[in-house]
Amino acid sequence: MDITINILLTIATAATPLLIAAIGELVVERSGVLNLGVEGMMIMGAVGGFGAGYLTGSPWIGLLAAIVVGALFSLLFAVMTLSLATNQVATGLSLTLLGLGLSGMIGTSFVGQPGVRLPNLDIPVLTDIPVVGKLIFGQDPVFYISIALTAAVMWFLFKTRTGLTLRSIGDSHTSAHALGIKVIRYRYLAVIFGGACAGLAGGHLSLVYTPQWVENMSAGRGWIALALVVFASWRPWRVLAGAYIFGAVWIGQLHAQAFGIPVPSQFLSSLPYLATVVVLVLISRNKRLTMMNTPASLGQPFVPDR
Amino acid sequence: MRIELVKRPQRSALFSVLSPFIAFALTIVAGGIMFALLGVNPFSAFEIYFVEPISQLWQLHELAIKAAPLILIAVGLSVCYKANIWNIGAEGQFVFGAIFGSIIPVMFPGFEGPLVLPLMLLLGMLGGALYASIPALLKTRFSTNEILTSLMLVYVAQLFLDWMVRGPWRDPQGHGFPQTIQFGDWAVLPQLMPDDGRANWGFVFALVAAVAIWLMMSRMLKGFEVRVLGSSPRAGRFAGFGFNKMVFFCFLLSGALAGLAGISEVSGAIGQLQPVISPGYGFTAIIVAFLGRLNPLGIVAAGLVLALTYLGGEAVQSALGISDKVARVFQGMLLFFVLGCDTLIHYRIRLIGLALTKPNGAAKLDAAPKLEEAR
Repeated sequence: MDITINILLTIATAATPLLIAAIGELVVERSGVLNLGVEGMMIMGAVGGFGAGYLTGSPWIGLLAAIVVGALFSLLFAVMTLSLATNQVATGLSLTLLGLGLSGMIGTSFVGQPGVRLPNLDIPVLTDIPVVGKLIFGQDPVFYISIALTAAVMWFLFKTRTGLTLRSIGDSHTSAHALGIKVIRYRYLAVIFGGACAGLAGGHLSLVYTPQWVENMSAGRGWIALALVVFASWRPWRVLAGAYIFGAVWIGQLHAQAFGIPVPSQFLSSLPYLATVVVLVLISRNKRLTMMNTPASLGQPFVPDR
Repeated sequence: MRIELVKRPQRSALFSVLSPFIAFALTIVAGGIMFALLGVNPFSAFEIYFVEPISQLWQLHELAIKAAPLILIAVGLSVCYKANIWNIGAEGQFVFGAIFGSIIPVMFPGFEGPLVLPLMLLLGMLGGALYASIPALLKTRFSTNEILTSLMLVYVAQLFLDWMVRGPWRDPQGHGFPQTIQFGDWAVLPQLMPDDGRANWGFVFALVAAVAIWLMMSRMLKGFEVRVLGSSPRAGRFAGFGFNKMVFFCFLLSGALAGLAGISEVSGAIGQLQPVISPGYGFTAIIVAFLGRLNPLGIVAAGLVLALTYLGGEAVQSALGISDKVARVFQGMLLFFVLGCDTLIHYRIRLIGLALTKPNGAAKLDAAPKLEEAR
């Protein structure tokens, strides 16, 4: 029983950064912008979060720093693609390349340093409830943020007027512009929100998941988050499900390696990436589903005319 | 302050030539600020970064060694990107090219003769092309997004290489080091001018590939097809150009070139397989392709510039104790500025609200037509 609970807990910890980054990107893509820089923003959040936590000794300041760094880094992308109308695919790629380089440079002095970890929630009595106590009341704070964030984004996108406006921009920026909606302003906010989420996800990696700084520690999670958005066909609750499936794959291969099953560890390590490919194929085979849900103006640059 | 883009009536010939140079200048300025922040005198840092690594003949050879894979991969990618097909997994195709090409020297070390090298190179191209055909197949059969699949396969390829050199292909006399046996003499790519430096035939392959692709893109129907399908898939369909065929063509071509780069690097510069064979050439080549404005001849120049950023990174690391990650930062900044400057080709940029202190939207609407008339 204890082992099951522990595995479930580690799955939740592995799924949380995927979920947060993917939820952020979902909002960005719903506004019609494709930001391929998730991996770069995430790793910047990780190094920023670790650095701030390490220097101040407070993991909370670290977490805040991760969010701010992610948001600021995404601003770079926003200025390029929204104000200068550059190619979104290429700009997103360059954001990732720059983020990987910059984080490596900033993090040189952090390598091997002990980090600080966000403490898990511990409520007397409640956390001690057998079986479910730890699952519901004993996880790290970011886990609760991730669940709240998913619910909030779901409510925002589908139950508020602003959310409807955002989705309309994603489906047709020209029509939205003709209706007097400030397309560029909405998109700026969406991109920055996505950046803050990616930063938070990175902060979770370096302040909760493995509280230390390792170069390239995001290990492709940003890209998996991007794939999750497609897999979820741009629906928040499916992102939640997808993130937990991937969390399970990630943890499953780690446990399999630890148990020493007679398969080379490299093959097990490649499972999350292969699973991403397989899942993408399965979902894109269903053309009607993807066609119906893909924001129609996703990835197309928009220059407002006067 | 607000940035506003005004569409030019036609693309600016001036800026399409100038934009890479402006981008490079901006990178230098930003890099100078970065060096200053790191507490280093920017001018001496730049001398160490950009001048010293190419001040001697043997260093130019090192530049050619770094530039060769970048150019080979980037010319292939430029065709993809012209066709609006996004292969970003060249790093994985590079690795598989290296693995396929190494089959002969690792598994048949007894096989010697002048046939060895051509066969290795062919196998390398085959390996890269086969690995690139996976995202192509998934895109054409299931319309799966090629960006994500090609990238995911990079991680898989790196892990596969790691397993090969630690497992089945490990040199039994290698003292446990994760590496294959040293390639035999016939399996090593010859050096061009062994008296002056290490540069090998890989650089020649890169130049030949660049010229060949340039001829294809500018003088042949295939190049026209690529450009038409890239700028307007609909027009391409009416002209009878098949999109799926184009996806395969682009992926196989760029994969084969990346594979050739992989086996050339292993056979020429390294001499054996090891867990890591590339400092991110497949990703840096994306920058090379854009800096070269997706033109094969521009890519040759861009490849040399980006190769210099690698050498400069190593130089500042040893001379100033700054992390060699500085090279990646330079490369990333360069791509950013190139993309930003390319906007100047199609648009005039106007800053609004910089001098005027009227944040009020209505005032701006009033002012704008008057500006138009005044011009």
